[in-house]
Amino acid sequence: MTAEFAGNQQLIEILYLVASVLFILSLKWLSAPSTARRGVLAGEIGMVLAIAGTLLHHGIVDYKWIAIALVLGSGIGVPLGLVQMTAVPQRTALSHAFGALCVTLVGTSEFYLRTPDVPRFMMAVLSMEVILASLTFTGSLMAAGKLQEVLPQRPITYRGQNFVNLGVLAIAIVVAVFLVLHPGAKELFPIMIVVPLIFGVLMIVPIGGADMPTVISLLNSYAGLSAAAMGFVLNSKLLIIAGALDGSSGFILSVIMSKAMNRSFTNVLFGAFGQVQASTAGAKEDKVVRSATPDEAAGILAAANRVVVVPGYGMAVAQAQHKVRELYDALTKRGVDVRFAIHPVAGRMPGHMNVLLAEADVPYDKLMEMDDINSDFPQTDVALVIGANDVTNPAARTDQSSPIFGMPILDVDKARTVMVIKRSMNPGFAGIDNPLYYLDRTLMLFGDAKSFVNSIVHELAGNTH
Amino acid sequence: MGSALIDGLFVFMLAGFIGFEVIRRVSPLLHTPLMSLTNALDAIAVVGAIVLVGEHKSNLSFILGMIAVVAATSNVVGGFLITDRMLRMFKSSRPTKP
Repeated sequence: MTAEFAGNQQLIEILYLVASVLFILSLKWLSAPSTARRGVLAGEIGMVLAIAGTLLHHGIVDYKWIAIALVLGSGIGVPLGLVQMTAVPQRTALSHAFGALCVTLVGTSEFYLRTPDVPRFMMAVLSMEVILASLTFTGSLMAAGKLQEVLPQRPITYRGQNFVNLGVLAIAIVVAVFLVLHPGAKELFPIMIVVPLIFGVLMIVPIGGADMPTVISLLNSYAGLSAAAMGFVLNSKLLIIAGALDGSSGFILSVIMSKAMNRSFTNVLFGAFGQVQASTAGAKEDKVVRSATPDEAAGILAAANRVVVVPGYGMAVAQAQHKVRELYDALTKRGVDVRFAIHPVAGRMPGHMNVLLAEADVPYDKLMEMDDINSDFPQTDVALVIGANDVTNPAARTDQSSPIFGMPILDVDKARTVMVIKRSMNPGFAGIDNPLYYLDRTLMLFGDAKSFVNSIVHELAGNTH
Repeated sequence: MGSALIDGLFVFMLAGFIGFEVIRRVSPLLHTPLMSLTNALDAIAVVGAIVLVGEHKSNLSFILGMIAVVAATSNVVGGFLITDRMLRMFKSSRPTKP
């Protein structure tokens, strides 16, 4: 009996080891589009092995309910895996919330099963797990709500906000410290859940849509770290590895996103982003903009040799990616070299624009990173900006008083002609005026991104015959 | 117990470094699928929840475990599904190299 039991235990550990290797390979293969799908397969096999190994666990007496829960979860997971590509940011936020929910609930169960015999170090890790996971749960739900526009997208700020937020977090930490010293005080445990839940909400309240890429990455990192902490509590190396991988992935993305917005890393860690600086709206009246019709825009594009399209969140909102692909096709057919310049924080999550354009069948080798394409703008005939604003704002380079000064931008203003598709002259999300629009070489194309691009495509088609 | 925690810290440290080196190489093109894939992998937390349900040590741990299994499984299934859907969309204009 004991020999059989030990053998089982070894088999489980070996399955977990293989799963860990597959998880690492999975991320390694994801590094390039050519091997990426193999990476997904590796992850899936690893997951199946890990779950199969867990079912061999000796203490399991009840398989019926496990099966029911797995079926229910799959039933929720399938529709979440089939959402529209434009809904990917909110889906991602929602899945961070689900992951964090799982970790919170497991941590809570473990506490009540073990109290009062919880060693101090274990209790410290358990507290970290529960605090991180519960704030990630509500934080991610809030982020998903904002992205889905169920909640107001505008940041809500008030005086002393950071003070209040840190105060709330401090309460949770004080309770955690007390529990580490007195792990039998189980009546205090709910406080350690509820307070971080409140903190998660407060943390996202001041976040605006433009900060979402950073916030989603940060929540991703928190979700990973909480899962790793859970691995310590359960003494599961597999969980520690998966959590560390997820945590470092979120961490790296947060760093990339914060660099792309010129925010310091401490700024990100403490969630002190999203403050809206009062826009210094002055002397706007006397500036002149030039606008153009779809007909004129089509003429300029058809005469160009090199065109760079700069997509932003506006393209996603207008669902214009398929029309943009048609424009790409029409121009490519005429021998125009068309490429896309993707700013790291364009859209609402890391890589958002790439996914939308790939969905519309734009070849991925035409999607250029900011650092690779910026030096090409001076040789570009037309830069066509579709629904992007702050990431093209030259004030970030020149105007020290601008709130976005120092942020790396796409140098569209260096192109020979700049065309900007925009609904109106209202300043963008951050409320910052964009001097790009008043340049002599800039033409404003006023209208909805989808219908305007459609009109250009029609004009181009008409001109061929 | 003490040595298990130290072992865990070693594993965490090494996995963190591997994660950092591997993920640093992921093309920004694929940052969205990266996030959905790591999210699916992170749902490996489901194993902890499965044990809670299967062992049925208390009613609380059983009920919380059930919810946790459902939540994590939805991430596993949904995460892999959408990652693969996204990756299938990425096509090159050049002929694919073998």
